[in-house]
Amino acid sequence: MPEVRIRKKLSIVEEIFHEGGSPPAIPLRRAAALAVIHNPYAGQYVPEIASFMDDLKPLGLDMARSLVISLGGDAKVVEGYGKGAIVGSAGELEHGALWHVPGGYAMREVLGGAKAIVASTKKVGGPGTRLDVPITHINASYVRSHFDAMEIGLADSPRADEILLALIMTTGQRIHARVGGLKAFEIKGEDGLR
Amino acid sequence: MKANIRKIATFVEETQTEMGRKVDPPTRRAAAVAVIENPCAGKYVEDLSELTAIGEELGELLTQRAVAALGIAANTAESYGKAAAVGENGEIEHAAAILHPKLGTPVRKVLGKGAALIPSSKKRGGLGVVLDIPLGHKDAAFVRSHFDGMEVRINDAPRANEIMVAIAVTDSGRPLPRVGGLTKDQIKGEDGLR
Repeated sequence: MPEVRIRKKLSIVEEIFHEGGSPPAIPLRRAAALAVIHNPYAGQYVPEIASFMDDLKPLGLDMARSLVISLGGDAKVVEGYGKGAIVGSAGELEHGALWHVPGGYAMREVLGGAKAIVASTKKVGGPGTRLDVPITHINASYVRSHFDAMEIGLADSPRADEILLALIMTTGQRIHARVGGLKAFEIKGEDGLR
Repeated sequence: MKANIRKIATFVEETQTEMGRKVDPPTRRAAAVAVIENPCAGKYVEDLSELTAIGEELGELLTQRAVAALGIAANTAESYGKAAAVGENGEIEHAAAILHPKLGTPVRKVLGKGAALIPSSKKRGGLGVVLDIPLGHKDAAFVRSHFDGMEVRINDAPRANEIMVAIAVTDSGRPLPRVGGLTKDQIKGEDGLR
C-alpha cells in the first residue's frame, strides 16, 4: 500500500464582489484546495492501482475540511463543488482517475450528504499546467445559475513523478447569474439532478 | 472605500517536502490580490493621487488578508513583497502610483515592523498575466535565505480598465536554504539592510 507523500499544498480563496453589474449583498466566494503528491506509479505501467484510492481518503477529508474553514467554517454555506487532477508527465491519465472516489467521498462526508455528482476534469501536464475545474450545484446538477468553473494551477507542479489534486467549493451562483433554467430554490433534491 | 474592487483572491502555499527531504517546519507564504477598476484608464492623467490613495487603502486591506490567510500573528511575519499588473488601457506609471508613495506604511503598521524596503515588481498585461511577487526579509533586506518570489495569476484579470494589486507575506524563507549569506538570527534590524 503506497503512502501518500505530500510535497506542497496551496489554498486559493476568491471573493467576488461584482463583474460590472450591481454588487449583490453577499459576495460570492470560491475556494480551491490543492495538494501536490508523489505519484507512486510514475514511470511504469502498473496494472493494479485501485487500492491507492483508499490511501487518498484521509487527504481528501483534510482538503474538504480546509475548504469549509476557508469559507468561514460553516458547511451550510457551500452550494457548489468540483474536483480535478493534473498528472505529471511520467504518469498516465488513469492515475488522475484515482481521485474520483476519495475526492468526491470526502466532500460529501464533510457537507453532510450532498446529492449531485461532483463535476470533474483531469489531464496530464507539466509544471504550471492550468486546469479549469468545473463546478455544479451540490444537490442538483441541473441548477443553471451554479454552472461555473475555477482555474487552478501551480507554477512548479506537477513534476514528472507527481500528481496535483484539487477540490473546490463555492458559496453560491455566478455573481450576476441571469440565463434562466432550474433555480436553486426549485430543487426537489431526490435524484441529484433536479 | 476609494477602490472599486471587483474581486480579491488569496493564495496560501505550504511546502512540506523538497527533493524528498522533509521541510520542518513547512515553509508557508500567502498572497492577497485585489482586482480593482483603474480610474485613470484610457487617457493620460497627470495627477495620479487617486491611485496613490487607493494604494494606501489596499496596503492595509491586503496585508491583513494575507496575514489572516496564513493564520499567524502579524508580528511573526518574516518576509514580504508587492506587485501590480496594469490592464492594457493603463500605464505602468499607474502601478507605480499605487505601489510606491503610500502603500508601504500601512503594510508595516499591520506587521508591527518592516525596516527593509518592500521588494516590488510591476508590468502591463492582459487577462491571466503572471505576476511574480519578489520576496525579501522584512527587517533586513540582505537575509539571503529569504530572497524568493511567489507567482500569482488570476485567469480573468486584469481586464483592460483594471489593475491587479498584490501583497505577499510569509512566515519563513525558502524551503531548504543553503547558499550562505546573512542569516535571520544575525539581523541587527537597524538600517533595514542587515
